[in-house]
Amino acid sequence: MASELLEALNTPLNGFLRHAVIAGLLASVSFGMVGTYIVTKRITYIAGAIAHCALGGIGFALYAKHELGWESFDPLHGALIAALASALLIGTVVLSRSEREDTVIGATWATGMATGFMFVKMVRRGGVSIESWLFGDINFVSETDLWTVAILSTGILVLVLLFHRQFVAVCFDEDFARARGVNVPLFYLLLLCMSAVTVVVLVRVVGIIMVIALFTLPAALGSRFARGLAGMMVWAIVLCALFLVVGLECSLRWNITAGPSVILVAAASYFTVLLIGKIRACRRVPSTMPGKGDAPPPD
Amino acid sequence: MSALEFKNISFSYVPGKPVLEQASFVLNKGESICIVGPNGGGKSTLIKLALGLEQPETGEILVFGSRPETMRHRVGYMPQHINFDPQFPITVIDVVLMGRLGAGLGIGPFRKSDRAAAMVALEKVDLADISTCRFSELSGGQRQRTLIARSLVGNPDLLLLDEPTTNVDQTIERQFRETLRKLSGEMSIVLVSHDLSFVSGWLEHVLCVNRDVHMHPTASIDGKTLQEIFGRDIVAVRHDHDCPPGDHVHHHG
Repeated sequence: MASELLEALNTPLNGFLRHAVIAGLLASVSFGMVGTYIVTKRITYIAGAIAHCALGGIGFALYAKHELGWESFDPLHGALIAALASALLIGTVVLSRSEREDTVIGATWATGMATGFMFVKMVRRGGVSIESWLFGDINFVSETDLWTVAILSTGILVLVLLFHRQFVAVCFDEDFARARGVNVPLFYLLLLCMSAVTVVVLVRVVGIIMVIALFTLPAALGSRFARGLAGMMVWAIVLCALFLVVGLECSLRWNITAGPSVILVAAASYFTVLLIGKIRACRRVPSTMPGKGDAPPPD
Repeated sequence: MSALEFKNISFSYVPGKPVLEQASFVLNKGESICIVGPNGGGKSTLIKLALGLEQPETGEILVFGSRPETMRHRVGYMPQHINFDPQFPITVIDVVLMGRLGAGLGIGPFRKSDRAAAMVALEKVDLADISTCRFSELSGGQRQRTLIARSLVGNPDLLLLDEPTTNVDQTIERQFRETLRKLSGEMSIVLVSHDLSFVSGWLEHVLCVNRDVHMHPTASIDGKTLQEIFGRDIVAVRHDHDCPPGDHVHHHG
């Protein structure tokens, strides 16, 4: 059966689709790497808050563009600024340990979304909607966006190559990292800022609400297959790219919106692997019971 | 030169509730001590101060004659708890390599020399053959030894161990004690423990910490002295870690 995606990519009119696929593949690198840190450090909820805060920036950028005449102010730039600001805010509060962490995260999350909706509602010009930002819309991926994605992904790749050992130490054992002279607060904030950038990279394709799934699911699956963090990253990158391509294929084949399609493919894979793991574990239990054979059956 | 020196150190996490008050002691190079005392008496705080992770309110701490922050490369550290996520995918050698952080330029991947040092440290704790296994798949004792290897991989001159045998069984503890005894010839060891069975021949001193500190030569510690230090009997000390200040009598040798 011919791939709908390949066929569509070969159609000259489908420039947007080519952009979406390239953006997705480029972004998979950032998602796999940063997602690995976020999942092992167990701060996916912070990444979720950062993603939702990006909406505040998008809303303001749309308002500024249409009402204030800031023509060159792209919503993606607004998203980047808001995401980075929220990353630094949440990170600083968490590091200071002065407030309840989850409360501050929840408050920032809601403030970001409220700000976004407020500004969008203030745009009087018709046809401006925030929906495509919430749920993603591949029709919006422009060549300029592609360059933004490429530059941001390269930046993240360079940071990971340079400071992987520090990030691993901060994720695994903060106290020990500090005792070895690692600037833990700096790397923690840097990690949150990298999450912010990564979120923005794929907001166009899968949208703010669902972007967190691409952060966590490929990395979570990778952690089941890999022995170390580097292996987990490779798995996460490959799986993220795979989910995007398969998701887009399903989207074209069955005429589903691309964002939800990609996320559902990722989620289905994740839950299937979990289920298989559970079934295997259950099968293994009886064989280890006393008197029921010495060795577990080969898988 | 002393390996570790505390001069009139006072410290508190909450103002008005001092954890350490006017604590002073000297640990000479090559000597080892066991720090004992009740929970909340300031044992772990003392280790954190020696690492420069906390700053004293008054007084001065010297590690090999310099400020603790500048001497971290000569100090090995094993924390009391590690908030270890059982699903964290990391190999044994990668855990040990963390002990090489802070050495060299500090950017890019670890060098061949770092990996070689990690293997040497793993050999010291008999784990070289499982260096590529996942850390989460190890037994409690193997994890403990991995963390010891991590504290040794930087070739420290001073080793700070904060309750290293909590959560391991007695066999592992015996092996561990033997490992430490061997290492004590190469470096100074500061061992925090609320288990007094560690107080044995190769440790030169016992440091009793309960807001203030008192150094006792191990030779002077017999059953009677221990009872006097901790009050009541030793079994009570081991199991409920009780060291009532009222019963706390110090004998200075």
